[in-house]
Amino acid sequence: MNARRSGRQVPESGPVVRPYALIAGRTRPSGQAIDLIASVCAVRGASAPDFDCEPEHLRLLRMCRVPASVADLAAGLDLPLGVVRVLIADLRDHGLVTVTGPATAGLSDGRILKEVADALRRL
Amino acid sequence: MPYADSDPAAALAATSAAPFAIKILIAGGFGVGKTTLVGSVSEVRPLRTEEDLSEPGSGVDALDGVERKTTTTVAMDFGRITINDDLVVYLFGTPGQKRFWFMWDELAYGALGAVVMADTRRLADCFPSIDYFERAGMPFVVAVNCFDDARRYPLPTMRAALNLTDDIPLLLCDARQRSSSRDVLVALVEHALARLSAGQQVTPAR
Repeated sequence: MNARRSGRQVPESGPVVRPYALIAGRTRPSGQAIDLIASVCAVRGASAPDFDCEPEHLRLLRMCRVPASVADLAAGLDLPLGVVRVLIADLRDHGLVTVTGPATAGLSDGRILKEVADALRRL
Repeated sequence: MPYADSDPAAALAATSAAPFAIKILIAGGFGVGKTTLVGSVSEVRPLRTEEDLSEPGSGVDALDGVERKTTTTVAMDFGRITINDDLVVYLFGTPGQKRFWFMWDELAYGALGAVVMADTRRLADCFPSIDYFERAGMPFVVAVNCFDDARRYPLPTMRAALNLTDDIPLLLCDARQRSSSRDVLVALVEHALARLSAGQQVTPAR
């Protein structure tokens, strides 16, 4: 018996287009894992997308003309992280963006940690 | 070609390498001041993650009438401090309840460390976070957010109540104050640095 017929309140169903509809129900990005703070950058001089892309792909592409982190892109697009990762992987598959890092080696570099501490002190 | 050379952003993309990114987690119970702390030192934005409803959440998340709902939206606080062109610090305020641990494993990967926030009125709320970071072998500090109407206790009393060893920094803070939140972050980075000097592992394995 569905919720409406049973007289229960139909819960708020969220956005009209569910985020995962944008990415055709895919929940895992293709290829190598994409870290939350990996840097995404549009490939300069790449041709326009030649695949069946969504407006969000194009927005993403514009947003990462300067390198941007995955978290920044997701917050900027106001889409769930999982969705944004799939969109980024699509662009990567078509050679339109590069995804790099994060470089975790710096965490074992005392000079970098010192630089961070000093910079935070100046906040 | 979509990006002409006259486009300043495109020109910048060609010259600027990705900055080095540092990730810091802000953990603790519901309402302990994570959003306030992230917001006092950086511009805070919500970051949505849509996650599978995990087994531990059943019985907690009311699913009456939405039995077919298999994902839930979890919002994290997300802040960024740009130190310079080459160095950026990202702050992630993470839900502290045990049922969100599935998110933590990813968040913790490659993180410099964590700030566990505590409220003396609900001290136990921060225990799961402390457990998690102890187990992960990740550097963390405990910051007691001094709410105006909360009772103050001496630090040694709180350290005993939290069952914290002497090597874990414990400090008082007022998350509303930028300088106070900044001091907490500095304490964490210094703690990570001290551990590094002592030859302890900083980055937990995934």
